[in-house]
Amino acid sequence: MSSAANPRDPLALELCSLSKTFKLGGGMLHKSQTLKAVNDVSLRVPRGQVMGLVGESGCGKSTLAKMLLGLTKPSSGDVLINGKAIVNANQKALARHIQPIFQDPYSSLNPRQRIAQIVGLPLRIHAIGTPKEQALKVEEMLDMVGLPKRAAQQYPGQMSGGQRQRVAIARALIMRPDLVICDEPTSALDVSVQAQILNLLLDLKDEFGLTYLFISHDLAVVEHLADRLAVMYLGRIVEEGTREQIFNAPRHPYTQALLASALTPEPGLGVPDIGLGAGQPDPTQPPSGCAFHPRCPVAKPQCSQQSPALSAIAQGATQATHQSSQARVACHFA
Amino acid sequence: MAHTLSPPAAAVQNELPATLPARLLQNTLNNRSLTIGLLIIVSLGVVALLAPWLAPHDPYLQNTANRMVPPIWHETGSWTHPLGTDRLGRDYLSRLIFGARISLFIGLVVALISGLIGTTLGVLAGYFGGRVDAVVSYLLTTRLAMPVVLVALAMASLIGGSMLTVTLLLGLLLWDRFAVVARSATQQLRDAEYVQAAQALGCPLHYILLREVLPNIAGALIVVATLEVANAILLEATLSFLGMGVQPPSPSWGLMIAEGKAYMFFQPWVITIPGAALFILVLAINLLGDGLRDLSAPGGRNE
Amino acid sequence: MSNLSTAERSAAPTSPLLTVKQLRVDLPVAKGTLHAVRGIDFHVERGEMLCLVGESGCGKSMTSLALMGLLPGKAQINADCLNFDGVNLLTVSERERSNLRGARMAMIFQEPMTALNPAYTLGNQLCEALLRHQRVSRKAAHDRALYLLERVGISAAEERMRQYPHQLSGGLRQRVMIAMALMCEPDLIIADEPTTALDVTIQAQILHLLRDLQQEFGTAIIFITHDLGVVARIADRVAVMYAGEVIETASAQALFNAPSHPYTQGLLRCIPTPGKTLPGSRLQAIPGVVPSLIDKVEGCAFCNRCDQADERCYSTPPLQTVAEGHLSRCHFAHQLANPANLNAQEVTL
Repeated sequence: MSSAANPRDPLALELCSLSKTFKLGGGMLHKSQTLKAVNDVSLRVPRGQVMGLVGESGCGKSTLAKMLLGLTKPSSGDVLINGKAIVNANQKALARHIQPIFQDPYSSLNPRQRIAQIVGLPLRIHAIGTPKEQALKVEEMLDMVGLPKRAAQQYPGQMSGGQRQRVAIARALIMRPDLVICDEPTSALDVSVQAQILNLLLDLKDEFGLTYLFISHDLAVVEHLADRLAVMYLGRIVEEGTREQIFNAPRHPYTQALLASALTPEPGLGVPDIGLGAGQPDPTQPPSGCAFHPRCPVAKPQCSQQSPALSAIAQGATQATHQSSQARVACHFA
Repeated sequence: MAHTLSPPAAAVQNELPATLPARLLQNTLNNRSLTIGLLIIVSLGVVALLAPWLAPHDPYLQNTANRMVPPIWHETGSWTHPLGTDRLGRDYLSRLIFGARISLFIGLVVALISGLIGTTLGVLAGYFGGRVDAVVSYLLTTRLAMPVVLVALAMASLIGGSMLTVTLLLGLLLWDRFAVVARSATQQLRDAEYVQAAQALGCPLHYILLREVLPNIAGALIVVATLEVANAILLEATLSFLGMGVQPPSPSWGLMIAEGKAYMFFQPWVITIPGAALFILVLAINLLGDGLRDLSAPGGRNE
Repeated sequence: MSNLSTAERSAAPTSPLLTVKQLRVDLPVAKGTLHAVRGIDFHVERGEMLCLVGESGCGKSMTSLALMGLLPGKAQINADCLNFDGVNLLTVSERERSNLRGARMAMIFQEPMTALNPAYTLGNQLCEALLRHQRVSRKAAHDRALYLLERVGISAAEERMRQYPHQLSGGLRQRVMIAMALMCEPDLIIADEPTTALDVTIQAQILHLLRDLQQEFGTAIIFITHDLGVVARIADRVAVMYAGEVIETASAQALFNAPSHPYTQGLLRCIPTPGKTLPGSRLQAIPGVVPSLIDKVEGCAFCNRCDQADERCYSTPPLQTVAEGHLSRCHFAHQLANPANLNAQEVTL
């Protein structure tokens, strides 16, 4: 079913030293500043898996998503989807393989269009099928995301947040892409609705054999969904590995702090003291060396001078180090 | 697999009238200023359209024997000329009715031309930003630095005033508010996730601008358009009054006021009648604009 | 209400700091009247942290605004009792009210940027908060602001005092808001989702700080949130709201260990919890959506989403005491609270 994918390529998505630099300000009176929103990010997402991407606001995860979707051109580096570079690819060809689901179901649907129009838009733009076939496909897709038939004639304003997110999912999946970028798809929803949407995303992943890049700040959700996990800090990936590797044995002090600050609903444990300083760094003036060192509880003098490379962790000589199961971490003391 | 999914929300439908037109009609009736404005404009529009059949006399026919007949509420008034006659003996009511045509035509066409120019510039500037925005902003500031009446007067006196000149001149001069509103509204929408979703789908630029952006800024633009219609009508009257607009013997309301100004101390009705007509029309358009603004927010479809 | 006794921790007077009985808030909207808060009861002891938890539209923010007297003018507020330390908040004059606000009741909002005035320096705003209510010298106010900024973990406080709100990050702004709320040493702070807009690491730091400060200053806090993880970690007592009602109140321990309302149980089941939910497995979602509060809600508001509902649920359930200090608004509260029943349920999961 999935269109034109190269099934032999085990990687649905590969990022090779991807960077994006923005110029800020630079009016008549101000000197322009450069913001390295994404800095030398390399990442491989195996087909059929969920890659979680976590990090604080402003760490570059949304810019990364925009580059993958072809909405922003990378300053340098390559994005490979199914083994093919997308940098100069036609947006339409790209759209067949990769689709987004956005955070806010209130702003991701055009309030002036009916649901049938919104969900059917990809088919119309790509001229897939006759109008009748398109209408049938929309109906089928709405059914798959658990919406009633009459929803097709409604406007987004007549729906609840959870229903709108179902519409957004239907729009993203109607062309059967290989890869879906989920940008915080449940963070605007109530918890009881969040569970409905997460279930739906998991069901549809199995149904269509999708690969997800799941961006979130909610670690419990990421742990529930993701097979692999990448942690970003100030534009860089500081740690990457399988769910077990990251959640059971986090190596990077930032990952450790992040995990410690996730509050599970267990009474009596209190709020942990995660031991980070109060200041968040200014991304236009990132700290020298390891960007995390001003907040790092274990920083040593060398951290402010040398930037640690993201390198594979040696897990004992006996461990078979298949490349995709290897954990990587960017810390001098990992 | 659909049956394994959690059941969707059952009870979301609020009690809304079934169809969109019905809902629009109901909202319209709920809005008093909109109803009044619309009523006045529609009746004026009908009068203007049916002018040749409604007007009791030929508006151009001079009758020197019947000069300055006062309107019906004066003792010397007569039903032959309910609103009297002007200094050349032309029937005032007929001139007023034909004048409505000129006012409405100029108002609508000017709003159309300036709306087209301003919306295009504004949407492009708002959507692309950067250099496009800089160029449009420069044009906009240049335009705002020009006094409309003065420039229009100067140009009209160079080219020679006529209905066509006035329409084109005003159309080319009044696009600023459209551009400002379209630009800022588009800027807000540019990063809306549904616009990004359309971009990610590979939608062509014209689709995104015309189908995703434009319908969502249309409400604000319609409000501007009504204000500009009123503005254009007033400016036409001004220019005609100053002799650089619609030329005699056309029955423009502004021209009627100009022609009557010599008599206004002794026969005040020669200017109060076209003045009142102008006032009512502009007021009605503004009421309509106010009402449309309340109606057009997409929030009206939420809650 | 009087049989609730978490009063051990409050030292001096025996009466609760805040007593709310049958609070109702009605808002006229285009299609009728929105019954945002439909007769809720709760109380806050001195120095305790009460969490009001619920999903969007459950009335938790309306409740806090009603307490602060910040509801929009067209809102109608009714209550049998709205008593803050002997002051009747229903009949208090606007002048007394504004004396209370800031001095004895303070509020921390979700988005500190909207609560801080961008035109004044932080020092100016902090000192003003104190000078408006107390007769102290500017120097004393300045010193207190400095002390509190350092206490909420802001380094180079003297320098920060001269800065404007936009020069601070979100986390720092929220720290400043907390310092500002503490300027007059209020008895009660209402914190409306104060950490929702923040990153998780910053959230943990702010919560840690709030808990510390609360113990140091003995301030009671009503903490409004939708995040059960936050509730579990900081609350002394919890009031769960659904569709404008408090449907369950209990100590944090009791609520999480023996939830006695189907909605609370459903909420706890549907969030993924490491160690409890298997990664990649289906979560137990609560089907359906919250009923509209525009019309009158008959019977139990949760019954259309509840898997235990039967014909009894068409009548409004009374608030039942399932254990000391643990109330649940459900006909089946006693069965649900019974551990044997609970175990049987877990087996069937």
